[in-house]
Amino acid sequence: MSIWLDSKSKIVVQGITGKNGQFHSKQMIDYGTKLVGGVTPGKGGQETLGLPIWDTVSEAVDAGANVSCVFVPPPFAADAIMESADSGIKLIVGITEGIPALDMVKVKKYISSKDVRLIGPNCPGIITPGESKVGIMPGHIHRRGDVGVISRSGTLTYEAVNQVTEKGLGQSTCVGIGGDPVNGTNFVDCLEAFENDENTKSIIMIGEIGGSAEETAADYVKEYVSKPVVGFIAGRTAPPGKRMGHAGAIISGGKGTAREKMKAMERAGIHVTENPAELGKTLEEIL
Amino acid sequence: MNIHEYQAKGLFRQYGVKTLHGVVASNSDEAAKACKELGGKIWVVKAQVHAGGRGKGGGIVLCRSADEVYEAATNLIGKNLVTPQTTKDGVEVRNIYVEEGCNISKELYLGIVLDREKDLPVIMASTEGGVEIEEVASKNPEKILKVHVDPITGLGDWQARQIAFGLGLEGNQIRNSIKFMKSLYKLFVDLDCSIVEINPLVVNTENEIIALDAKINFDSSALFRHKEIEELRDTNEEEPLETRANKVGLNYIKLDGEIGCMVNGAGLAMATMDIIKLHGGEPANFLDVGGGADAKQVAEGFKVILSDPEVKAIFVNIFGGIMRCDFIAEGIITAAKEINMNVPLIVRLAGTNVELGKKMLSESGLDLISADDMDDGARKAINAIGGNS
Repeated sequence: MSIWLDSKSKIVVQGITGKNGQFHSKQMIDYGTKLVGGVTPGKGGQETLGLPIWDTVSEAVDAGANVSCVFVPPPFAADAIMESADSGIKLIVGITEGIPALDMVKVKKYISSKDVRLIGPNCPGIITPGESKVGIMPGHIHRRGDVGVISRSGTLTYEAVNQVTEKGLGQSTCVGIGGDPVNGTNFVDCLEAFENDENTKSIIMIGEIGGSAEETAADYVKEYVSKPVVGFIAGRTAPPGKRMGHAGAIISGGKGTAREKMKAMERAGIHVTENPAELGKTLEEIL
Repeated sequence: MNIHEYQAKGLFRQYGVKTLHGVVASNSDEAAKACKELGGKIWVVKAQVHAGGRGKGGGIVLCRSADEVYEAATNLIGKNLVTPQTTKDGVEVRNIYVEEGCNISKELYLGIVLDREKDLPVIMASTEGGVEIEEVASKNPEKILKVHVDPITGLGDWQARQIAFGLGLEGNQIRNSIKFMKSLYKLFVDLDCSIVEINPLVVNTENEIIALDAKINFDSSALFRHKEIEELRDTNEEEPLETRANKVGLNYIKLDGEIGCMVNGAGLAMATMDIIKLHGGEPANFLDVGGGADAKQVAEGFKVILSDPEVKAIFVNIFGGIMRCDFIAEGIITAAKEINMNVPLIVRLAGTNVELGKKMLSESGLDLISADDMDDGARKAINAIGGNS
């Protein structure tokens, strides 16, 4: 019915007592996510939102947690991710924006030897509608269905999801892979999982300027993905050399333009729309 | 974040990365004095601006006397330098760097960047010194040597040797270049750089390896742990409106169009610019108010947008997730009270607390155009300035 996250997933929130951690933990619980508790070093033994707080992630794992959601501030976030990876967590969702890139380089290297998936950082999270939501996306716009959604952006994903829902369709799982230059899960990981998920019938892929992840993804689609894919690339009007909000959204040395990415996607048979308001419509037309 | 060449060379020296002696000057007298201090018979006067391509724009001048240095400084300081990387108006030169000469036997290229495909730092080197690396990459990609560095072990001698031999260095040059590269890599990691580039890197007739140029970009996300680097920021090199917006935590980038944009989220903000263009308009800016902006920041965002005299309409496009639509509505109402909203305002709200936000706006009595979705909003914005969508 989904990829990576379902109603059985048990979530621990790292940084549960911070402002964002607190607000979104409550939202997740309201959505029906199985939150088992939170981690804030030094506050172990206390409670919040009616759930236990632990000092370490390994205590959360002992209590059954297999997914962690990271709201820890940037200076300490890389450490928090590595703690989860070392404690036996299987899926780490990094929400934190602004983690130094070289910290993430170390994290990536460290977790490569562990049996763990990292989504993000600097992402809205992952949601399997009707089952579980781990992150900061508004739950109410989602609807259970068979469209898989992958995106580097947060609000633009909501836009796409909303259009899909308004067309009477729904989503199997939506994954925000994040706007940083170094991230855990990439487009290809998601495409592979959606291709293998029997309940996903089509895919929406939203990229943006910077890097070459979309080109790599397009090559993968051409070779391995049999399901229809609709695509959009944000930033056609972005000037070169400027960082467009996301740390990874920058055209440098003439590379990473929207035009190149759209071309690569079209060549791979992806249904690319130039209009971000027509993602739902484009999908409806090809189905 | 970028810094000037002379600042980058200062950091190089702290890390034992060899550079030539040089002096910064802000007027012609200082420049002439500098060349006496430095001694020698030949000097290079270099305009200190962040933009690349200075040589092509006439910003690097070879001089053979103090008089020539004086003249070069006079021609540069206070004038605008136009390079292939600036706008047609160029950028003002405020300082120059007077550097001693050097007996060059070889010109090379050396850079360290983050390879986003492999998620590792990569050292790039080439024998094509003085040529832009992008040009080498497209014309002679086989001439670029690449070595990826494991972040845990750091740059190994054997890796530096691979590059040194690959560049055709010999004798003492090998040992000198290994020390040079290891020092440079340490600087890259210690200071959280995103780019360190030396073009050209030279070998002099004494077999020393010297950074003739120096470019450093820093990872903005890591500046919280490098206060000393933050102090090197030159706001003269930045767009004043961008600096102002950044101060209140807003992500703003000025563009050349007429339709101001206020959006939450970087992806949606780019998509909003794109849809305006798609329907025949021109966006005036990128503005991401982020997920946690309050009414005050939103109001400041409006002020920044309206400070751009080109703006003829504003399109507010919000998909509330973390950002609640009622906060945006409050921000719009606050801003309208404080400043004269003398351009049409088109508002599209969706997501969290959308009904409340819409109600607040309609009860405020503000004169605004409400849009159903982003397509509708973009069209209405274009029509509002007399365009045809």
